[in-house]
Amino acid sequence: MQKDSVLEMRGISKSFYSVKALQNVDFTLREGEIHALMGENGAGKSTLIKVLTGVYQKDGGEVFLKGHEGPVSIKSPEEAQKAGISTVYQEITLCPNLTVAENMYIGRTSGVITKWREMNAGAAKMLESLGIPAKAEQQLGTCSIAVQQMVAIARAVDMECRVLILDEPTSSLDESEVAKLFRLMLDLKARGVGIIFVTHFLDQVYEVCDRITVLRDGKLVGEYAIENLPRVELVSKMLGKELNDLSEIKGSGDGVGSDEVIYEADRLSSVAAKSPFDFTIHKGEVNGFTGLLGSGRSECVRAIFGADKVTGGKVMMDGKPVHISHPRDAMKHGIGYLPEDRKRDGIIGDLSVRENIILALQVLEGFFGPISRAKAEKFADEYIKLLEIKTASTETPVKSLSGGNQQKVILARWLLTNPQYLILDEPTRGIDIGTKIEIQKLVLKLAGEGKSVTFISSEIDEMLRTCSRLVVMRDGKAVGELKGDELTQNKIMSTIAGGEK
Amino acid sequence: MGKVLNRKGRLVPMSDTNLLLTITIVVFFAMYLAAMLFIGRGFLKIQTLFNILNENAALIILSCGMSIVMITGGIDISVGKLTALICMSAAVNLDYHNGSVLTAILLSLAIGIAFGVVQGYLVAYLNIQPFIVTLAGMFFAKGMTTIVNSTQFNVQNEAFLALKNTRVYIPFLGSVNKLGKFVPAYVEIGVIVAIVTVILLFILLRWTRLGRSFYAVGGNSQSANMLGINVRRTRFAAHLLCGLLAGIGGFVYFLHVGSGAPSHATGAEMNAIASSIIGGTMLTGGVGNIVGTFFGVLSLSTIKNIVTLLGLDDAWWTNITVAVMICIFLVVQSIVLLRKRSRS
Repeated sequence: MQKDSVLEMRGISKSFYSVKALQNVDFTLREGEIHALMGENGAGKSTLIKVLTGVYQKDGGEVFLKGHEGPVSIKSPEEAQKAGISTVYQEITLCPNLTVAENMYIGRTSGVITKWREMNAGAAKMLESLGIPAKAEQQLGTCSIAVQQMVAIARAVDMECRVLILDEPTSSLDESEVAKLFRLMLDLKARGVGIIFVTHFLDQVYEVCDRITVLRDGKLVGEYAIENLPRVELVSKMLGKELNDLSEIKGSGDGVGSDEVIYEADRLSSVAAKSPFDFTIHKGEVNGFTGLLGSGRSECVRAIFGADKVTGGKVMMDGKPVHISHPRDAMKHGIGYLPEDRKRDGIIGDLSVRENIILALQVLEGFFGPISRAKAEKFADEYIKLLEIKTASTETPVKSLSGGNQQKVILARWLLTNPQYLILDEPTRGIDIGTKIEIQKLVLKLAGEGKSVTFISSEIDEMLRTCSRLVVMRDGKAVGELKGDELTQNKIMSTIAGGEK
Repeated sequence: MGKVLNRKGRLVPMSDTNLLLTITIVVFFAMYLAAMLFIGRGFLKIQTLFNILNENAALIILSCGMSIVMITGGIDISVGKLTALICMSAAVNLDYHNGSVLTAILLSLAIGIAFGVVQGYLVAYLNIQPFIVTLAGMFFAKGMTTIVNSTQFNVQNEAFLALKNTRVYIPFLGSVNKLGKFVPAYVEIGVIVAIVTVILLFILLRWTRLGRSFYAVGGNSQSANMLGINVRRTRFAAHLLCGLLAGIGGFVYFLHVGSGAPSHATGAEMNAIASSIIGGTMLTGGVGNIVGTFFGVLSLSTIKNIVTLLGLDDAWWTNITVAVMICIFLVVQSIVLLRKRSRS
């Protein structure tokens, strides 16, 4: 083990259902550095981290930690914590029924008795020093997701760990919260903590990291100092090919669409989207909803799909009035909806890839007209090939796929129903660049085939690449509609911020 | 509503557990007060409340165990039949095997712990659904009861009968009878055991690491695992504790009835679940309170008493009323929780 390193992993291997998730991977973390772990979905980042934190048991290889003689074996998250490894996951891994303070201290206090007074005082101090807007005595479930994420970080910080793992901590944070997190990371770095930072945002990597380790298909590509690895090279290392697609994916179809109106909503509102909105989409058009987190973009599309209880408004499809009060109605009229939260609203984890793919079609056919096994197999194979879904077989449970591949399975589910209007709510969140571009291309291809698509994303440049018209939302209201020349980053920003005069 | 002051005097929303506990206690007192005002009669005597306690001491203890398992996100439907098995075993030990009160107590606890260990192992370490495991436990206990002894019989052991008839008088509480003589109120030994149990478990759940782990595991077991809690050990401990409490509760039941019979404590597990739910324990896990459970048992039996005193002394009337009450409680709970969610 090298003198200045706090963690070394040598020759780590791990397989699931005969898929080799990690093959002979090395990883070194030095004292006081922020080390980005990069790779596409399914490259093995999450698996490597879960091996390190004892969630998974490795099949082969050795882990060395500073202060420990010889290789250490970490069999559970509890042991990882004791060894000084703390983790903040992308999904909140705290208990919503406990208080903020308790979530920061449970599972790591010594002694049998819970000292509430001390715990609350300590938590309050920590929350204040990190500027987290939560109260120690508050029940965690009543905080926003971003605050919950920061509480998880506060917990890790308070543990005075040697190794801090941040697994996509920024995907649910807004810009000022990200800045706050970065200040915190740099502060910890100065104190000599080694930080492993997993993210899909390249900007963030170049903003705070010192070193990058790239994984691809479960194998180590290499470890680089940040100044020696320009962005373009990083991307090509992650994808394993030179990539010029980034800027020029528009062209397979412009996504402007024809004059024919497919869907028209007049003063539509739901229990979630309280202020009524008007919305129109044309045949072959790609439009987008944009706005800050919580601006009501998802609520609008959920109202269109009937996912929340519709409280008012008229809807016309193909010029005829229709009544959509339930997702099933929307599906019957050829609307598909890929939800924002794929784990909760999208996949059914224990069912196989095949079963997940045919689900929407099966609902449309009715449960008394089952799709034959052979037919389902055929559909599944077709879409696995079309969307390049990485799975061991059609029988693999969806939950064992990586995030991006799960997303592709849900996409396949809707494509199979051949919808005339497809709503994609954050289809690229938490997904690597390669898959992102594939999805963007697919959206434009669908538009070229005459389908209408509504595309929602937190990343503005992505929206600019795909959408021909943007509805800008602020505080639950549509505050602007941009198209043509107006589609520039600056114009969108100023509309979101409310600078129009 | 639904807010409490923290130490700095700022308002903090109440936790779900405390909110539901408050509802339960308020509803119980409102109900009892209404019974005193509109029905009067027995409800005006303090002994009526103590009789409710005497009748339900065992149920309180069983319900405490049930609540702990439910807070952890599980369920235990074996406790009723387990109580019958314990009664029968203790009775046989006392009368046919020259046992003493002590051996009967030890036997009761041993049976309870044995069930807790086996069921806990199956649930926690082999990941079998608690409902299925305890269903099997229920049938096993039912069968074993008949094997131990197939017919009902009353215990004759004198030391035991003396303990059974021991009454703890409370000199400053009581009522004046028709002859104008003051009759002090009393409770049985079991009530003392039940109240001590409630207090100890309240402390366990509120202030110990194990107690807080129950809540964490019930709230989100995956998160609890990530937070460094040993989920399996916690689940095991919950079932073990429930088994131990079934042992204690079983003996208290035995002490109250003084006999062994295969039909003893029939449906006690369902009453325990009902009491826990009325007491604010949620079937989804992570929310609940032992004090709430205590008031849950009292509410349940007060309802039954009211129905009886109203002259509707039919089993089905009682059942229908209890069913309606549980529904009302659940509706009130979910409305309050929903309103709280939508506001935050």
